Amino acid sequence: MSTVAFFVLSLVKCLIVLFILLTAVAYIQLAERKIVGRMQSRVGPTRVGPFGLLQPAADAVKFILKEDVTPDGAHKFLYILAPILAVVLALLSITVIPIGGTVTVFGIQTALQLTDINVGLLLILGVTSLGVYGVVLAGWSSNSKYSLLGALRGGSQMISYELALGLALIGPIMLAGTLSLRGIVEAQAHLHWFIVPEIVAFFIYLTAAFAETNRIPFDLPEAEGELGAGYHTEYSAMKFAMFFLAEYVNMITVSCVATLVFLGGWMGPLFGPTWLHMVLPTVYFIVKVCFFLFLYIWVRGTLPRFRYDQLMAFGWKVLVPLALANVMVTSLVVALR
Amino acid sequence: MQLTLFLIFAVLAVAGAINLLIQRHPIYSALSLVAVMFALAVEYLILGAEFIAFIQVIVYAGAIMVLFVFVIMVLNAGEVAPAPKSRVAAWIGLPVLALFAILVIGQVYGAFGATQLGLGEYLVQTGPVGNSLFHDFLLPFEVTSVLFLVGVLGAVVLAARQDKAPKPAIAQAEAEEPKAMAAGQR
Repeated sequence: MSTVAFFVLSLVKCLIVLFILLTAVAYIQLAERKIVGRMQSRVGPTRVGPFGLLQPAADAVKFILKEDVTPDGAHKFLYILAPILAVVLALLSITVIPIGGTVTVFGIQTALQLTDINVGLLLILGVTSLGVYGVVLAGWSSNSKYSLLGALRGGSQMISYELALGLALIGPIMLAGTLSLRGIVEAQAHLHWFIVPEIVAFFIYLTAAFAETNRIPFDLPEAEGELGAGYHTEYSAMKFAMFFLAEYVNMITVSCVATLVFLGGWMGPLFGPTWLHMVLPTVYFIVKVCFFLFLYIWVRGTLPRFRYDQLMAFGWKVLVPLALANVMVTSLVVALR
Repeated sequence: MQLTLFLIFAVLAVAGAINLLIQRHPIYSALSLVAVMFALAVEYLILGAEFIAFIQVIVYAGAIMVLFVFVIMVLNAGEVAPAPKSRVAAWIGLPVLALFAILVIGQVYGAFGATQLGLGEYLVQTGPVGNSLFHDFLLPFEVTSVLFLVGVLGAVVLAARQDKAPKPAIAQAEAEEPKAMAAGQR
């Protein structure tokens, strides 16, 4: 393939992924309001469009038209940088996520993935670890005590749970023998999903992932009862929307990684004509990811918030030792196999 | 292509390092250091050491520098007045700097004769990195980790010693406050 063709193909793929991602974010947010509404015996948004389906568009218009306030005494450069950083980092990790096998579209064979690098999982962990900066800088540069407290909570929470998150992924990595996400999925062919041997790691990952994305029951950085809105208290209009976007994109990324590493990615029973063989893997992948996203919403409608000291104690005294023990047991099994 | 990228990020790394020195506010200095770490990671990537590149981002930019930024935030450190210009620094520092520059340039020129691989022709997989760490260089690796453990223990001992000292009444009240707040939340 020539260089120009490569760039054009990459650009087209990037735009498609971006479009799908942003649409998905808009509708996950609508689904969340609807589902949580049902759980609380309400109906959720219904007025804009049929069944409220145009609500995300209305929200977007509102975000754009609202006044953009910069508080007095804010560190302007960092205040503007923080939401940009949050969104860029959130979007960056989606580049290595494969959503299916290889397909042939209009005679061009392409993998359903923006880029397949050998250390894809490490890239995601690296980007996750940088995600703290968005939160911390936003809180500090706002020059507000609620923001600062939210940022401190968020920062220490994300650093603590990152450790358990990374350690939980080591078990499946050892079983697959590769850091490439595509390789990890291919190691789970024929229904040998890693959730079976790595059930402990799966639950550690799930818990840590909820904490990494600052979602209930670990949403202390934005505990509205105590902190206003936490680190993004002072943000309004599009800047707030960017934090919002970053949070939901992170949710999608985390769900994709859980699907790829533990639930066999796009693997599943194939049947029917040839065209179905091409479509089915991606359908399986999307269904599995949607399951995790629903879990997020379900948990939000069900569980109360942790207390801060409980959160820290749980992370360091339960999750990290458990994850370390899991790594030791798995390495023993891999060594003896 | 790779050479162009390499040069761009090399310039970024140096610019970040200079910015680190001339910024007045510690948080901007810390962030420039993050930029330097990031640029270095990209350089590693271009040189074909992908594992090291991402570990660089995870460990330095994602963990160590976050703690730096954290401490600066908690202490609420403000702008720092520039240090008074020292004559000793000028008399000793500048010649040493020049000498160092000459040494580096000499090394670079000396390396030109050796067999070289072009950028992008070499890629270290993660497996061999692990093999050399945990097999060939196991002893140095473990000794280094013991060194870190000693550091951690030292920090714990120092913190514990400070804790035993009799506290003034105000500090004690402050220490009890979070507990009271936590009890209130319950």
